[in-house]
Amino acid sequence: MDIFLQLTVSGLSTGMIYALAAAGFVVIYKASDVINFAQGDLLLLGTYLVFFAVAQTGLPWSLGVLVTVLLAVAVALAIERLVLRPLIGEPIISMIMVTIGLSSILRAAVNAIWGPAPRSFESFLPAGDVALGPVVLSSGRLLSIPIALVVLAALWLFFRHTRDGIAMRAIADDQQAALSMGISIPRVFGIAWGLAAASAAIGGIMLAGIVGVSPNVTSIGLRVFPVVILGGLDSIRGAVIGGAIIGLLEVYTGGYVGHGLSLVVPYVVLVLVLMVRPYGLFGKEIIERV
Amino acid sequence: MPILEIRDLSLRFGGVTALAGLSMEVCHGELLALIGPNGAGKTSVLNCVSGLYRAQKGTIDLKGRDGASHALHRLAPHRIAALGVARTFQNIELFKHMTVLENLMLGRHVHMRGGVLSGGFYVGRQRRAEIEHRRAVEEIIDFMNLEPLRSAEVGNLAYGNQRLVEMGRALALDPLILLLDEPTAGMNAEEKESMARFILDVQEERGVTVVVIDHDIDVIMDISDRVVVLDFGRKIAEGAPDEVRNDPAVIDAYLGHAREERAAVGAGT
Repeated sequence: MDIFLQLTVSGLSTGMIYALAAAGFVVIYKASDVINFAQGDLLLLGTYLVFFAVAQTGLPWSLGVLVTVLLAVAVALAIERLVLRPLIGEPIISMIMVTIGLSSILRAAVNAIWGPAPRSFESFLPAGDVALGPVVLSSGRLLSIPIALVVLAALWLFFRHTRDGIAMRAIADDQQAALSMGISIPRVFGIAWGLAAASAAIGGIMLAGIVGVSPNVTSIGLRVFPVVILGGLDSIRGAVIGGAIIGLLEVYTGGYVGHGLSLVVPYVVLVLVLMVRPYGLFGKEIIERV
Repeated sequence: MPILEIRDLSLRFGGVTALAGLSMEVCHGELLALIGPNGAGKTSVLNCVSGLYRAQKGTIDLKGRDGASHALHRLAPHRIAALGVARTFQNIELFKHMTVLENLMLGRHVHMRGGVLSGGFYVGRQRRAEIEHRRAVEEIIDFMNLEPLRSAEVGNLAYGNQRLVEMGRALALDPLILLLDEPTAGMNAEEKESMARFILDVQEERGVTVVVIDHDIDVIMDISDRVVVLDFGRKIAEGAPDEVRNDPAVIDAYLGHAREERAAVGAGT
């Protein structure tokens, strides 16, 4: 039982980091129909940026986190402005291909700046353990769950209630109509990329504390895809629940069956979901009428 | 007094000339019909005015609410909308996954303030603004008899109703000038009649200047104050509906008679 609880906390904390990265993916997809293959690399960037801000620059944690998020947003805005904005109006597929290129470039840039060796540093998440009766839980992991949930709830509220969030949904639905309603597409795309980077950076900050800073984060970033396929490409709620399910499945499989299988499970889920329910748990069911 | 002034507008797509030095005016408060054979450039005019197309040559000036003249040919589509130019589309462009109410609320977008963060903060002020936008939208729902459909998802509505919602959404912008691209296309006689009445009401009761493209000549002749006839991206006639109806150039354009002659002249020069 105590093992089960430990695995559950560990699975949920991993899952919430997946959810943060996935929510960024969803924001971009909702606003522009672009599948952002570089989303996992924004997570990677987040881990290194916080390492830079805190360990290399020596900023205090509170400031370091802020600087990390701001730097990530700046990078995303630069990407949007320089690479994606010129492609507005081109077929979606060209934007999607560009994100594949961006993914390699981001990875290469991180490698060039910080090198391939793993780095470690003291996390702001408390290092100790919390004992709940017989169960010992990592307090860092425990704490990361509510932090992630607050960020995700903020994103969800943004979509439902703010002018720009609603404009984003409108653009995704019909770009021409959105233009004629006075919605500025460059502004909305910029906001989408900024939010996606901010959310991934927060995921990256927590990841840096839990598993450390290394190029391996890329493989964690890839989990974004099973998560969004399961949750639905255009649903923040789906990203949260999909993240939790994938995180838990992975950890339970690792804990009860074996580590090797746990690496594969997310992708098995991906294939199954595509076969059974291609729009995911909360995705919009697209019905084409002919 | 013109509210919209188009001067020498030329638009080409590769080798195809959509507009060839078109000049025309829209007067304040009038209901102007834009007619012409298929491919005459009618929709291109609307697309240039609303900023979706950028003409290679020529100017489009709008006399704004502030009384100043705005060069629309240099503005992005969202700025043009903010100046009070609203439109509908030939192939209905609605937010299909949203409800009728949400579609109309999006029409209020240009009147809403608030950035990414402030939306969360100024709750009081935000709320008051929201109530005001609701009221404007409810009024349009009443006006266009959309009450029974308000929470229906737009993608599921019948074609004629979708056209009404699209026009309602354009009205929600509280426009200075409303551009309607074939508002009665695909409608039956009864639906056409009620649409024609809405268009007249918009002009008369709300004081909105209207430019309408339509292929239904009877509707056009019934409702419009003035007609501009386009052919090959040029204005070939304009005037009151009766004058235009009997204009030989217009009859030729529609019957295709003049085309061969013009081609012959073109080859000769």
